[in-house]
Amino acid sequence: MSTVGESRAAQAGKAAKDASQGRQKEMIARHYTRLSRAKEEGKKVVYTFVPGNLVEVIDALGMLPVLPEINALQSGMRGRSAAYIAEAERMGHSEDVCTYVKCDIGMMLGGNVGPTGETLPEPDLLLLSYTGCFTFMKWFELLKEAYRCPVVMLHVPYQPTGIITPEAREYVVKQLRDEVVPALEKVAGRRLDMDDLRHRLALSALAEDDLVAVWESARNRPSPIDGYFGGVYYIGPIFTAFRGTEDAVLYYRELRSEVEERVRRGEGPTGPDGPIPEERYRLVVEGPPNWTSFFDFWRMFSREGAVVVSSSYTRVGGLYDDGFRHSPEAPFESLADYCMGCYTNLGLPSRIDMLERAIRNYSADGFLVNSVKSCNSFSAGQLLMMRELERRTGVPGGFVESDLVDPRYFGKANIENRLQSYFQMLDARRNRGYA
Amino acid sequence: MNSEIGDPAGAALERATTLTDDLRLDAVRRWKEAHPGSLAIGILPVYAPRPLLEALGCLAVGVQGGGDQLDIIRGDSYFQSYICHIPRSVVELGLDGGLDPLDGMIFPSTCDVIRNLGGMWRLLFPDRYTAYLDLPQNFDPALGGRFYAGELRRIAGEIHGRGALPLDRDALREAIRRENTRRAALAEMDDMRRREPSRVPASEAYRVARAGSVLSAEEHTALIREYLAGARERRVRAYDNVRVVVLGAFCEQPPVGLIRTLEKAGCDLVDDDFQLGFKTVSGPIPLSREEAGDAGGGALDADDPVDALAIAFLKWGAPTATRYIGADEKGRDLVERVRKVKADGVVFAAASFCDPALLDQPMLEKALDEAGIPHTGFKYSENSAQHQTIREQAGAFSDAVKLWGGAP
Amino acid sequence: MRCVVGIDLGSTTTKAVLLDENGRVVGQGITNSRSNYHVASAVARQEAHTAARFEALRRALHERFAAGGEVPEETVRDVEARLPEAFRLGLYMSQLDELDVEIALAVDASFPVDGRGALREAVEEVLARTRGEAAALFEPGASRRSDFFRDVAAEAYVRGAEDVAARGGPTFERLLALFDRAILEVERRVQVVDFPRLLGEAADRVIARVPAERRDAVARVLPEVARQVGAEEIEEVAFAGTGYGRQTLPFPKEAVRSEILCHGRGANRIFPGTRTVLDIGGQDTKAIQVDEGGVVTSFQMNDRCAAGCGRYLGYIADELNLGLHELGPLALRARKVVRVNSTCTVFAGAELRERLALGERREDILAGLHRAILLRAMALLARSGGVRNEFTFTGGVCKNPAATRELRALVKDTYGEGIHLNIHADSIYMGALGAALFAWDDHRAGRAVVPPALRDGADPPPPRPAADVGGTGA
Repeated sequence: MSTVGESRAAQAGKAAKDASQGRQKEMIARHYTRLSRAKEEGKKVVYTFVPGNLVEVIDALGMLPVLPEINALQSGMRGRSAAYIAEAERMGHSEDVCTYVKCDIGMMLGGNVGPTGETLPEPDLLLLSYTGCFTFMKWFELLKEAYRCPVVMLHVPYQPTGIITPEAREYVVKQLRDEVVPALEKVAGRRLDMDDLRHRLALSALAEDDLVAVWESARNRPSPIDGYFGGVYYIGPIFTAFRGTEDAVLYYRELRSEVEERVRRGEGPTGPDGPIPEERYRLVVEGPPNWTSFFDFWRMFSREGAVVVSSSYTRVGGLYDDGFRHSPEAPFESLADYCMGCYTNLGLPSRIDMLERAIRNYSADGFLVNSVKSCNSFSAGQLLMMRELERRTGVPGGFVESDLVDPRYFGKANIENRLQSYFQMLDARRNRGYA
Repeated sequence: MNSEIGDPAGAALERATTLTDDLRLDAVRRWKEAHPGSLAIGILPVYAPRPLLEALGCLAVGVQGGGDQLDIIRGDSYFQSYICHIPRSVVELGLDGGLDPLDGMIFPSTCDVIRNLGGMWRLLFPDRYTAYLDLPQNFDPALGGRFYAGELRRIAGEIHGRGALPLDRDALREAIRRENTRRAALAEMDDMRRREPSRVPASEAYRVARAGSVLSAEEHTALIREYLAGARERRVRAYDNVRVVVLGAFCEQPPVGLIRTLEKAGCDLVDDDFQLGFKTVSGPIPLSREEAGDAGGGALDADDPVDALAIAFLKWGAPTATRYIGADEKGRDLVERVRKVKADGVVFAAASFCDPALLDQPMLEKALDEAGIPHTGFKYSENSAQHQTIREQAGAFSDAVKLWGGAP
Repeated sequence: MRCVVGIDLGSTTTKAVLLDENGRVVGQGITNSRSNYHVASAVARQEAHTAARFEALRRALHERFAAGGEVPEETVRDVEARLPEAFRLGLYMSQLDELDVEIALAVDASFPVDGRGALREAVEEVLARTRGEAAALFEPGASRRSDFFRDVAAEAYVRGAEDVAARGGPTFERLLALFDRAILEVERRVQVVDFPRLLGEAADRVIARVPAERRDAVARVLPEVARQVGAEEIEEVAFAGTGYGRQTLPFPKEAVRSEILCHGRGANRIFPGTRTVLDIGGQDTKAIQVDEGGVVTSFQMNDRCAAGCGRYLGYIADELNLGLHELGPLALRARKVVRVNSTCTVFAGAELRERLALGERREDILAGLHRAILLRAMALLARSGGVRNEFTFTGGVCKNPAATRELRALVKDTYGEGIHLNIHADSIYMGALGAALFAWDDHRAGRAVVPPALRDGADPPPPRPAADVGGTGA
């Protein structure tokens, strides 16, 4: 997920040259400034997770969201995560566990300085949207100890078969109505204005329409977008603090028109070092990216002309491809469906179906897994997913391993070796006339 | 030490050992022969309510991995090196026919790995019944309680659809009664162990408890009682050991050799969570409104035994690593527990790469530190073969506790 | 002779394979990989050239002696056996000269200054002994720990240094430190073999050993043939490289091929029926599926954790103070297989010691360790799509008889009787052979990359695309 636009985009050269990028960068800067002034301005701060976030509700109550995963990935991109993780491990955290958690805890211990160098405010409430990731629960148990602030749990039922039952929806809606919103109102010191919430949900849906159009532009040859490395920029606003805002609507409108312009001109996406000249491989990627060597990793693709036409990671904070939209008509019901539909909250069969559709709809030549050590929610079962997708589509799978923010787990030579072998295999298969 | 000839508990213990090592589920095959047409349903750790299955005429079978005597080939091909061991052996057993006597599997919401294993199961064995049981993390009877009771009814209906009996209130009440009896027998074993650890060594208690994985509640109760009767007859002497509680999110099971290693290192394991599924709900499951008191909160009715199962989970659920602690203080229960069983210290044992256990541990350690309770910890996997370092560590710990009352 | 060359830069060894313009293998060479990959590549190429020349020499000698009929078969065989060894002896002596120079420089830079004299004397004695022992090392049938200069020289030097140190004077550690420093310098440079001269000298030495009554007949033919073969130029017209950690390979991008593709192609060349390849090398394990043309259709490599690779056996050998090649034969003598569940290199030593302390036999533990490694390999094979007939096993570990026996048994258990297992004595060259075949393709397609000529020095220039030099493509 991304507020990547921030720090290293400039360093990455032309990646940030589009107008929409500039807009995103400004939005993010403004948000962090607001956060840094939250306490003096009497604004309440809610920490919550990206998947299943209730940012429209938080905004409607005049509070500000902080997303610890974003802080962790930003720390990774800024080269700070190794030290933060080491600090958490010194405190007794195991080498085996999720590095987002350790990075966040290390950052907190080091004074909670955010990606823009401004200090992040402490939380007034931890909103534990327990969606698709077991570790979220432990994460906020740990933060609760540290901050001694209230926690409210939203238990989002898992979707083993991808069918949202009325009982599951009712369970989430009732939690929202009877526990989550009252807990938020208590901290905010005011009642939730349902009209305000409806307005925000309508804005969310507008942005979501444009985001889906951006995703679908990858059907073109060449694809005008990279739906993974580039994709993390595109999901930035909608996955984090901006869903349901006018800013997000403008951003996605602008992004969509930029992408449509590239389609008209027959242009490919912009890579880390400028335009990618030739689209040689079209890939679907499963799993989060690595943040500590994000641009190195991207270059391993862009230099070979490998473009990611779709990815599952860009659906962790909301899955809109199949028609779901936030809805002002049924605010809580649509928030419930949103939470339950996030990618990592779906059972493996649904994840495989989704990836199969992506491989077919976007005419992919390859399917690649970046398996991250930290995230069992993503990783457990990926090898079976790969095998199953190969069987169903005939598209060969590739497999690399890294981590989210622990640089010890990014073996550059190893990953590059595998990727090049994989690309050369795709060439060899193509020359032999395989699909 | 007690298993030689002439041990009055020897026969029961031997049977428990055979059942614990029964990777091919021979006992389940025999049960099915004796109960033609009945189903056997596997349950992954940590917890699913067994009485529900017994009420449907099913045998509830605990599937707890392959231990240290199973070659893993295909199981390894599905999992990266940074994922714990139990899913590998479960897949190996599944692909190898070891789990063939099972007509279905229930995957409770223990962690992301067990959850995803459930998804893998649907793909690997599309013809077998596979259920995901989402245990509630909201403990309000009107919210999590209603949801959970609905989950149990849904699963009961699905299993009935596969040929089991329909869910019947009286049958479920009877099953709950049998389960409560089993829990009482297990509690009795724990009591005896706390009073006289050398009479009921933890490694034996482990086997006797785990044997329940492949037995009905009634048969298990009989086995526990037979063992206890034998243990009472034993002549034992007390050792000058330290009393420890062994704690972990025991989904993946430690090898018995590891438990014995701790004993040999001078530790009396007066309490442990090895068979966590039997302890997830502490105390008996209520069978009436009177027994439940106001725990149903007007939303759940304990006269309905499905609701009673939900009430028990919500209100008497043990604070394990896989359960959200809500407003409670982390580790408070652990400190109370250590004091209640008069333990000198705590040994944390976490399966390698087990997120719930390993993320919980620093918080629990902090609580113990604040209470002045010494602790130590190590990692294991179900097929750990080397226990030497653990033996040294546990030995040093027990010496330090004995000499100075603290950890080294 | 116009050739194409393939190089496989491995984590422990570097291999080169030469093909002639018909795609026939004419020579292969191997050397230890070292910090300087340029040099390792150049040395391996040179070794391949040497092998190619000896192959040519053998053919030429056979023809000439067969035509003459005056030299009995037995003598021809003896000459053929002695000649390469005599050549290697000459090469070894000239490398010792280089080592001598470097050690002298190291002595001159050593402290304390007034200790240099004694050090110099001691070193001279050690080196003199090393030279004195050389001839015996290169008798036909003599056993050497390895063919790499570093290993052969070290063995003799250490023996000498121990004796000299035992009599007083500089300590063994000081003497060894000089060697360690000097050998790095020697290994940093390419020493181009003066083939005609060394071969000529070798021929003279061999002739001197021929029984008197046949000496003249041999002397009439051998020097002349040696001159001819020695003078023939080997022109490398195309090149491709592969290997571990390929992004640091000293080759231009166009000449680099994935090791996966190379292994698949090489295995297919040696065993055309190959559909599945297992390669267990020092640092990684690969499971590869290929089609009937040797094109890779899918592959898997061991994950980030290096458990179960060849390196694991290396640790075990070190722990038991055995040579790597001794492990397999020992394991074959097991009476039972001890269950070993961890193939973690970090814990290998601890696990082994614990088993030994528990009274398990070394052989039985080793059998268990081999089984554990092969179980990992089986998992990787399953991940890549299983084992299909025919199944080719390559890499350093395939030379281990306990490993191959275990693999055979596991494949039979898991995939049934119908799988034919191929193992080739030269399987370590599979990757280099594949690379050479890709170079041959490039050569025929007129897009070859030409390697630079071998020449003395520390840092040979990288190969260039053929377009730059013109006219060398076919």
